[in-house]
Amino acid sequence: MPFEPVVFFFVLGAAAGLLRSDLKIPSAIYEFLSIYLLLAIGLKGGVELAGHPLGEIALVSLAVVAVAAAIPLIAFPALRLLGGLSRADAGSIAGHYGSVSVVTFSVAVAFLNQHAIPYEGYLIVFLVLLEMPALIIGVILAKSGDAVRWGRMLREVLFGKSILLLTGGLIIGLLAGPEGIKPLDALFFDLFKGMLALFLLEMGLVASTRIAEFRTYGTFLLGFAVVMPMIAALIGSLTGALLGLSVGGVMLLATLYASASYIAAPAAMRIAVPEANPALSIGAALGVTFPFNLFFGLPLYYWLAEFFVHRLGATT
Amino acid sequence: MTAQSKTLLTIITEVALENSLIDDFKRLGVTGYTIVEARGLGTHGLRTGNWRKEGNIRIDIVADSDQCARIVEHLRSAYDRDYGLLMYSCPIDLHV
Repeated sequence: MPFEPVVFFFVLGAAAGLLRSDLKIPSAIYEFLSIYLLLAIGLKGGVELAGHPLGEIALVSLAVVAVAAAIPLIAFPALRLLGGLSRADAGSIAGHYGSVSVVTFSVAVAFLNQHAIPYEGYLIVFLVLLEMPALIIGVILAKSGDAVRWGRMLREVLFGKSILLLTGGLIIGLLAGPEGIKPLDALFFDLFKGMLALFLLEMGLVASTRIAEFRTYGTFLLGFAVVMPMIAALIGSLTGALLGLSVGGVMLLATLYASASYIAAPAAMRIAVPEANPALSIGAALGVTFPFNLFFGLPLYYWLAEFFVHRLGATT
Repeated sequence: MTAQSKTLLTIITEVALENSLIDDFKRLGVTGYTIVEARGLGTHGLRTGNWRKEGNIRIDIVADSDQCARIVEHLRSAYDRDYGLLMYSCPIDLHV
């Protein structure tokens, strides 16, 4: 299955960074792009949600969030025992990997659209629900009883722009419905892929500085940043298939589980677990896992989704 | 033109601390401060600032020398171990 073309903008950005080009996305444009993407994704989810019974989604959501808790709980002992990382670093990285990446999810959606594969649009709700719990688990693992600035950390995550705009978009989309949102279609839906491409250009630039930094941290973390998303995707596709999602839906859930947060999580962890080295967690999540997911993960997770849906579909 | 003798305290730290510091300043009775975004190189590595999350901020506070000393003492004990934090001060003439 061919690559979704927007991922090449990431390569272009990374190449510009590695070649020390003077390319720089102004921070105001970066802010605008991230606000745009979060709102657009929220709105899209809200419109999809308008056609679904909320009770049914609540039950599925509960299962999806409960299973997702396994990811930091697997990652933490692996980082501690196999990697020999400090408790703070292991907890922080486990939180990053349990949390989710909005941009990885967006590229997965673009991938499905490009191949005209249908999916359950309400899965966007999981983006909102999965961001927070893993961060809390990660902080608990990292601190093991030490004092944590919970109030500030929770405020940072709950009222930070990512959950605020996703939830706000969801509610606006839900209230407006597909007809009401039509006047906004041209801005939020038609231009989406172009904006995503620009955002990926910036992510490539940032990631290139992380890749260079990452070289000093050895092969264990590099291996972890590749293997952990595959384990998480396996759990995600199995869960999705058991919940009866379509192939597209299972692939999106696998991608959500496999993705690691590199925007919301670093900010939250810097406050809650300041003794953890942010270069390790951001380096792994953005420098390795994010490009791995874009180039190798997405086709692999699609294959996993097909495999599990057909397997479980045939036996049940 | 009249001038008062004051101390200018400059703090360079991580953008992640901005909200915490503003709360601390309120508690410590700081009546004014100026915050600007910053980038540069230090013992915590290159802070490019091209991505808001990894940028620095520079805070200027004009206050009495005693109050500046209290602020420095508090910030040192609360943040210096885990965060990039650089503080310096100098006597100034405040023109009012």
